[in-house]
Amino acid sequence: MKTNVKITVNGTVYEREIEPRMLLVYFLREELHLTGTHIGCDTSSCGACTVHLDGKALKSCSMLAVQANGMSVTTIEGMANGEMHPLQKGFHEEHGLQCGFCTPGMIMTAADLLASNPNPTEHEIRESLEGNLCRCTGYHNIVKSIQHAAKEMQS
Amino acid sequence: MSLIGSSVKRVEDKRFLTGKGRYTDDIKLPNMTHVAFVRCPNAHATINNIDASKASEMDGVIAIYTGADTAEVNGVPCGWQVNFKNGDTMKEPKHPLLAHGKVLHTGEAVAMVVAETLAQAKDAVEAVRVDYGVLPAVTDAKAARVDGAPIVHDDAPGNLVFDWELGNPIADVDAAIANAHHVTKLDFVNQRVVPNAMEPRSAIGHYDDALDKYTLYTSSQNPHLTRLLLCAFVLGIPEHKVRVVAPDVGGGFGSKIFHYTEEALVIWASKKINRPIKWTADRSESFLTDAHGRDHNTVAEMAFDEAGNVLALRVKTYANLGAYLSTFAPAVPTYLHGTLLQGLYTTPLINVHVDAVFTNTCAVDAYRGAGRPEATYLLERLMDTAALEMKMDPAELRFKNFIPAFDGVEQAGYQTQVALQYDSGNYEPVLRRALEMVGYEDFRAKQKEASSNGKLLGIGFSTYIEACGIAPSAVVGSLGARAGLFESAQVRVQPTGKVSVYSGSHSHGQGHETTFAQIVADRFGIPMEDVDIVHGDSDAVAFGMGTYGSRSLAVGGSAIVKSMDKVLEKGAKVAAHLLEANVDDLDFAEGKWTVKGTDKSVAFGDVSLTAYVPHNYPEGLEPGLDFSSFYDPTNFTYPFGAHVAIVEIDKETGKVSLKRFISVDDVGNVINPMIVDGQIHGGVAQGVGQALHEGTIYDESGQLINASYMDYVMPRADDFPSFEVDRTVTPCPHNPLGVKGAGEAGTIGSTPAVMNAVMDALSPYGIHDVSMPVKSEDVWNIIHSNS
Ligand code: FES
Ligand code: FES
Repeated sequence: MKTNVKITVNGTVYEREIEPRMLLVYFLREELHLTGTHIGCDTSSCGACTVHLDGKALKSCSMLAVQANGMSVTTIEGMANGEMHPLQKGFHEEHGLQCGFCTPGMIMTAADLLASNPNPTEHEIRESLEGNLCRCTGYHNIVKSIQHAAKEMQS
Repeated sequence: MSLIGSSVKRVEDKRFLTGKGRYTDDIKLPNMTHVAFVRCPNAHATINNIDASKASEMDGVIAIYTGADTAEVNGVPCGWQVNFKNGDTMKEPKHPLLAHGKVLHTGEAVAMVVAETLAQAKDAVEAVRVDYGVLPAVTDAKAARVDGAPIVHDDAPGNLVFDWELGNPIADVDAAIANAHHVTKLDFVNQRVVPNAMEPRSAIGHYDDALDKYTLYTSSQNPHLTRLLLCAFVLGIPEHKVRVVAPDVGGGFGSKIFHYTEEALVIWASKKINRPIKWTADRSESFLTDAHGRDHNTVAEMAFDEAGNVLALRVKTYANLGAYLSTFAPAVPTYLHGTLLQGLYTTPLINVHVDAVFTNTCAVDAYRGAGRPEATYLLERLMDTAALEMKMDPAELRFKNFIPAFDGVEQAGYQTQVALQYDSGNYEPVLRRALEMVGYEDFRAKQKEASSNGKLLGIGFSTYIEACGIAPSAVVGSLGARAGLFESAQVRVQPTGKVSVYSGSHSHGQGHETTFAQIVADRFGIPMEDVDIVHGDSDAVAFGMGTYGSRSLAVGGSAIVKSMDKVLEKGAKVAAHLLEANVDDLDFAEGKWTVKGTDKSVAFGDVSLTAYVPHNYPEGLEPGLDFSSFYDPTNFTYPFGAHVAIVEIDKETGKVSLKRFISVDDVGNVINPMIVDGQIHGGVAQGVGQALHEGTIYDESGQLINASYMDYVMPRADDFPSFEVDRTVTPCPHNPLGVKGAGEAGTIGSTPAVMNAVMDALSPYGIHDVSMPVKSEDVWNIIHSNS
């Protein structure tokens, strides 16, 4: 039994016939081949799959694709708009990534933070990343990357 | 400006920042099928029957394989042989691709379901009925050695893989300890942790019948070794018929060095069904099947004279190797652990004894640091504990016992009591610098003040050494390695002077595409954009021993230097011809050969073009400018450093918070400081994770009860302060770059520093040890049972 969904992803409307049990993250990766959104766990704990749903950060492994019917999703592939997003630049400048696996989720989470809190303290940044795991960087340079982006977005 | 020592931003970043990284699970091949495994829920059981009849009829199911199907296939081999003290060969039972007859640890695969989609494969897994006869299990190494313990492999009596000893005669060590002024003794567990690379393991097997060729895409740190093991030892496929690609890999930390059963299975089954097969672990499978780290049960005693000089060290360890021997497992508690027990100290007598033990648990193998963190942990905990017991300052106690400085050139390397010869070292400055950064003088005053505010502050030290740049092949061969540990690199100068480098090292976060390009661009005097680094593909790269043991720059980088030497040597002949000069009269600098004392010169790109369009060319010289080299190091490298942690304990809750972390590391010469600092940060976080957060919990029946991120505490951003990092530079005397390696330093030094800080904070309560990871509950009990 399949069902129809219509989901806007990075500005393009996609209509697909899918199994109702398909998670949003599989929809993005398998149906749309947007593999920048990663899967790091099976308990919605790691944040590697974070995307924006109608502008708010969301773990795309924690909802079904059918629940996103009619809604608008932004993935890491949709962040650069001609030029790199300030967060993408910030992560590059401050060496906020090593293996890169957590990076898309980190950037999507940080973008949500900066939207509501353009000038966060180090403590606020660390707390906002509570749902995102990184095993490579010790978070040190991720914090600096987000601070870098915050500065650039304010100027 | 020289590119060496410059924090060049990483060239590999862009693809990861834009979602264009290409990890194994991102690859889709036409007509690809998917795999899910039936994994045993018991730690030790006989398999009485497997009924897959219902499952095989389900939608989309293509094939179901069990241990009976793979019984004729070899198991995955172990790559390192350590023999018993009496010379007997270590116990090495078959590690089957699928369990046959018996399962030996929770999560072991008993059946493999191949289906059109992943969802269909998973559905069918649920429908496979397995009848198990559950047996008693043993998960603790020490318990497994007790008479009457469940036996994991019938042909390994007492569950002993091997016993092993190193150092001075035990009688001498015993005597020194018996007669010493003071002996500090610790009896502790260095707990098992799970590496937890954020990208779960993944493998795609693709047999192409038109070419009679196999391709394995795998999330591996070590593609060439995987190919060798897969072909020569497991499946018996000719090596030239197999291509192994390790594309972008999302972290490894050791766990992706090894050749795993799933890699062999997807290749084996792909030929059977003549279609590509993908398997990607979900996180629970990673917890249950990725090789784990540490798990030592140790008694360590250190003897001192009245002045605080170390007289002797005696160590007895039970090392848990799990149910099967993973690729490098036997080396970890022996040649990567026992050999490091000299530490930075002049200890004249050392003896270490290790029982390597089978248990009904997931295999244990190298995890970031591999053996060296375990050695450093016991040494550095002993040091701070001894200082406390002898009422000495822990920093002063270390200064008193440090090996004096030696550069390995003018002064010889330092011969330890435990087989190694350190290359170069200057240990005092790292600790001096760390003390300065932490403001040691003021700290004790702050500590008193905190105590009156309901908080306990503690400071902990750790000064470590590690053996990296693994390793001289003949040396490791004599110690049981079944492979050489050299590295290869090909430097291909294209006709236009652009350079492609094919490296046998593998980057999975380390930034080789940047660091290696810096070395090449600097040496050839060309822009970094003109250099491309290729790695992770056995069809492109001649050979490789992969990336682990902080070896990529020291060994892989040195292989690149060797090939660059050859390029420049030949290039000089071409240049001399073009300039009508003698080779000896030429200088090479800033990308051109110049006739000394003149302004006559020819550029690198003109020489390369001439080498490929050899019209006006030296007689007898081959065209082309493309060289391969294999570099086999002459010694290990020995990075060292000093770590200092400050923790705060809330007396009301027992919660421990890391307040500051200072690390001063000496990794030899540094090519890219930004990348080296990043390696230190990540390493420190993992070491702190072991001290304060992480640890597996196996219950009595052998269930890993915290096999998910809901239950296993992974360190998160708000568990850390920003780190304070500095370094000294003592070049490695025996490789051309003078580098020592930086990948593991942070993990090795940080765990004992944090634990020493916790113990310092708790010292008013007369407690000298708590177990890792430190739990608030334990701390609370210590505080409240004593007051
Ligand atoms: S994959 Fe979604 S939180 Fe881990
Ligand atoms: S960069 Fe590797 S997990 Fe974050």
